[in-house]
Amino acid sequence: MTLLITVFAAVIATVKWYTRKDDTMLLGTLVFLYWGASLMWLVDAVFKYAELQAEYFTPAFEDMINDTFLGLSVVALALVIWVVRLLIVDPRGVIRSSLLRKRA
Amino acid sequence: MACFLVSGAEAVIVTAIEKAQEAKENKVPAQGEGSSDTPVIPFSRKLKWLTWMLWGGAVLLAFEHVWHGEVTPWFPFLTAMADPADTAEMLGEMATVGVSMAALITVVWVVMCIVANAIVKRPAPEAAEENK
Repeated sequence: MTLLITVFAAVIATVKWYTRKDDTMLLGTLVFLYWGASLMWLVDAVFKYAELQAEYFTPAFEDMINDTFLGLSVVALALVIWVVRLLIVDPRGVIRSSLLRKRA
Repeated sequence: MACFLVSGAEAVIVTAIEKAQEAKENKVPAQGEGSSDTPVIPFSRKLKWLTWMLWGGAVLLAFEHVWHGEVTPWFPFLTAMADPADTAEMLGEMATVGVSMAALITVVWVVMCIVANAIVKRPAPEAAEENK
């Protein structure tokens, strides 16, 4: 479930990156974060499948819920990393101009 | 158990190489492999793709290990380090799963570089449309 959620996040981020108007949102960061994690979980899934065989596809309900929460948390963590980088790099200069703005 | 450490270690090494490569490219004025007609993607930029994938995978997988209680904020940080049998199992997992993860990401990156080189060499969509 974690792999599935991360792959969906990777595909959505990639489509958003491809259809972007400019490069000021640093969407590439998010794309690489999600694809990197997806590839690593894919390897994990292959090893688990080799160990559990068909049982791998019939997880217990409780495990599935736990994995879903984990997947969503991973998506959220990657979003937080991306937002923090966006604010630090500040490609549109929004933070800089707001910090330099004089109060009326 | 600690498979993310392999990708993390590779990420550290590749980041160092990428920074050195970037500094080298900044010193030398941009020059293509051949004529100025053939666009070339700087190698440091390609290395950046690899570092982001490795760091992303390592950090998000480290979070998964924290979630499952395999990584703790106190010494020895990895619960498997507390017991020699678990440590041996952890090292075995790092050598199999961890190395496979790092290898897959690297292979995907190599394929990405080959595809990216092919894409920049072919005519831009507008130019291709005009040639029809």
